[in-house]
Amino acid sequence: MMAAPDPARRGRLLFGGFALVLAVWPLGIDDAYLVSVAITMLWFAAVGQAWNLMMGFAGQLSLGHTLYVGLGAYTAAALYVHFGIGPWIGVWAAVAVAAAAGAVIGGLGFRFGVRGVYFALLTIAFAEFTRIGFDHLDWLGGSAGFFLPLDHDGALPWADLRGPPLLFYYLLLAYTLGLFLLCRAVIARPLGYRWRAVREDQEAAAASGINVFRTKLAAAVMSAALTAPAGVIQAFYYNNLFPDQAFAMHRSIEMILAPIVGGIGTLFGPILGAVVLTPLGEALTLGLEALAIDLPGLKQTVYGVLLVVIVLRLPSGVWPPLARRLGLGDAATRTPDR
Amino acid sequence: MPFEVILNIAASGGLTGLVYGLAALGLSVIFGVSRVVNFAHGEVMVAGMFGAVLLADGLGADPLVAVPIVGLALFGTGWLMHRGLVRELIGAPEHRQFLALVGVAMVVMNGLLMAFGPDARGVRVPYAFDAYEIGPLLLDKVRVIAGGAAILVAAGLFAFFRLTALGTAVRACADNQLGARVVGLPVERLYALTFGLGCAVAGIAGCLMTLIVDVHPQLAPDYTLAGFTIVIIGGLGSATGALAGGVLIGLAEALAGIVLMPSMKSMVSFAVLILVLVVRPHGLFGRPAR
Amino acid sequence: MTAGDPPLLAVEQVTKRFRGLTAVAEVSFTVPGGAIVALVGPNGAGKTTLFNMISGVFRPTVGAIRLDGRDLVGLDPARVCRLGVGRTFQLVRPFPALTVLDNVLIGGLVHGDGVAAARARAWHELDRLGLAGLAARLAASLTLPERKLLELARALATGPRLLLLDEVLAGLRPTEVDQLVAVLRGLNQALGITILMVEHVMRAVMALSDRVVVLDHGVKIADGAPATVVADPRVIESYLGVEEP
Repeated sequence: MMAAPDPARRGRLLFGGFALVLAVWPLGIDDAYLVSVAITMLWFAAVGQAWNLMMGFAGQLSLGHTLYVGLGAYTAAALYVHFGIGPWIGVWAAVAVAAAAGAVIGGLGFRFGVRGVYFALLTIAFAEFTRIGFDHLDWLGGSAGFFLPLDHDGALPWADLRGPPLLFYYLLLAYTLGLFLLCRAVIARPLGYRWRAVREDQEAAAASGINVFRTKLAAAVMSAALTAPAGVIQAFYYNNLFPDQAFAMHRSIEMILAPIVGGIGTLFGPILGAVVLTPLGEALTLGLEALAIDLPGLKQTVYGVLLVVIVLRLPSGVWPPLARRLGLGDAATRTPDR
Repeated sequence: MPFEVILNIAASGGLTGLVYGLAALGLSVIFGVSRVVNFAHGEVMVAGMFGAVLLADGLGADPLVAVPIVGLALFGTGWLMHRGLVRELIGAPEHRQFLALVGVAMVVMNGLLMAFGPDARGVRVPYAFDAYEIGPLLLDKVRVIAGGAAILVAAGLFAFFRLTALGTAVRACADNQLGARVVGLPVERLYALTFGLGCAVAGIAGCLMTLIVDVHPQLAPDYTLAGFTIVIIGGLGSATGALAGGVLIGLAEALAGIVLMPSMKSMVSFAVLILVLVVRPHGLFGRPAR
Repeated sequence: MTAGDPPLLAVEQVTKRFRGLTAVAEVSFTVPGGAIVALVGPNGAGKTTLFNMISGVFRPTVGAIRLDGRDLVGLDPARVCRLGVGRTFQLVRPFPALTVLDNVLIGGLVHGDGVAAARARAWHELDRLGLAGLAARLAASLTLPERKLLELARALATGPRLLLLDEVLAGLRPTEVDQLVAVLRGLNQALGITILMVEHVMRAVMALSDRVVVLDHGVKIADGAPATVVADPRVIESYLGVEEP
């Protein structure tokens, strides 16, 4: 067996290989179904990563993260439909709107000392409030839905994201990998250390000179901003938006499953969680179809059982023990040598 | 809009609010004693509603008859849930408790979805369209019965905690867990009892709710959130606060249905929730905890 | 100290009331730069409350707290730390899921010169306190004495002029007490760090401190050299509880 001396280097090599496989396989296997599953998988990996930044690193539980997906989706879609502004510009507006929402929620919550479960409820309340609001916003279609035109008069399919699923797959791949690298960079910086200090013990963090409010706010704003592009991609991939889907609470919960299963507070956990969960869900769906059983709640029930089991029996998730077995550390938890 | 109409809408909103308040009381009791936030509370309540529907369909039982049966069944379920799951989470980091119960909520709701399907089902009582006329008020009989029963059950719960030895033991446990252990109270069993009681109360509120609305599984998350809203307005751990918060939310939603569109009414309760969380995190009636 | 020297820390007529209950009443004392001052008194005397006011956790109901002449009242704990006040907690509070090195590194970030500099500072403090061998361990896995040292290292990494130590010796064995006393004396003499310590271990108080301030029921009842203070009848009374039933 080859013993690579440096786990960090080995980790980089393995991650590079993983990224390469994700980049290359669609070229060999041209299967619309597999591409659609992979799109779902990467989407959840990306939003899970963005959520994990706030919960895993800064310790702030958000159960309303679909708010930032929805706001991102509607912002970019509205700019496209009503003003003819394409998604490549729209995404920046989406990021700005989501960041502003994150700043409002984080600002209010953290300024007034809303902590833990109460903060989680605050995030749900904002998401639900917005959902009902959008139900009545006729300019954006209200509860009847908001639709993006399918036809495209531009020259290039990627300019307005009016292309085939594979285009979205590669877009999501770049987004997911980019988020991973960004998170890796941020947690190695002072801000990342401050996040972890605040996550572990706010009073002790404050006594170590950390401005707890600003540190938490930075996490809320960044996490919101980085979630928004997932909304934009969703809007242009599905071409329709409904408040009941875009802002639904069960979406918020679905979004956090991958990082919980993979490992809260790790870098690779959210990706691993999505790699495990999405195919599992698809297998369940296919299995039921094959058996001609129509049970709409089964997949969610299995996810629920999985959530309970992971939280009870493996609270640090699947990745940390797996990483140990592979002789790797996660950059989020690794101690560099002197 | 004439004043009488507004008064009527407010009165029926307040009566419905009593049932909300009863359900929230269960949530509050569980939190007050064991500091566990039961995110599956609305799911338990909807399970109670389906219980009432089953008993009505199968035996032609009135929801009021279903109350003790469903209450007992959900007490047992809650007790078992505590023994098998919640017990391990007491004292665990808050987010772990919360996420585990989110998982339970998913299982219960989707279990109900698999068992009963997505369609709305209701109980038809013979007095469904009767009404009492009190001065300018015209009150639906079903709402009066539901609201009255909710008050009775809440009073019973209150009497249990104040007047019985067992209830006093539970309160001692809530005040000072370590002290309760030291004097030899079976803290684990009292926690299980409390969780069972909380679930029973939610189930009973569910039975009463079938007098007023039809049930479908997707109601569950809404009820969970309504329960939290009420309990946070009333202050987690405060019993009178839960009932008062329920009435307040019932009133606010009913009146918002007039002023705004009916479908916008829960926006009001979320706005109230946001406001209370930010301005008075321990609720309007609660004391700061810990 | 000459008469004209301003003290490093001056607590002036500080009172703290919690809903009518007076925890600290009109307490004044000073800590000269370079000194070791012990704050003693029976449980509930208001020592930790006073610490929490100095470090910005609580705001005094009345009174002023000055560091080098600058009023600290109204500043949050993070600001107070940045002005040069490091502290440890009565119940130790390291960051449990982080490594020993990262715990101390976080203290070192206060200087705002980046992670690499903070890490170098952390190694320096770990070496000083003999914790370098534990650098990669999680703080949660340490023993109590190790955790106390870790908290001290984290406070030191913030580069404090004044160190507030809240019962840092409590729960340690006599040999461990002696070791830590030596460490503290070294910090005071070699680095010139001023120390204000809440302490119950009288042996250590006598050995270390230049001055002792005694609180009882929130009121200062004695303030002077250790030998004088322990001979004070009021102090003896409050400790032995002569008047208590």
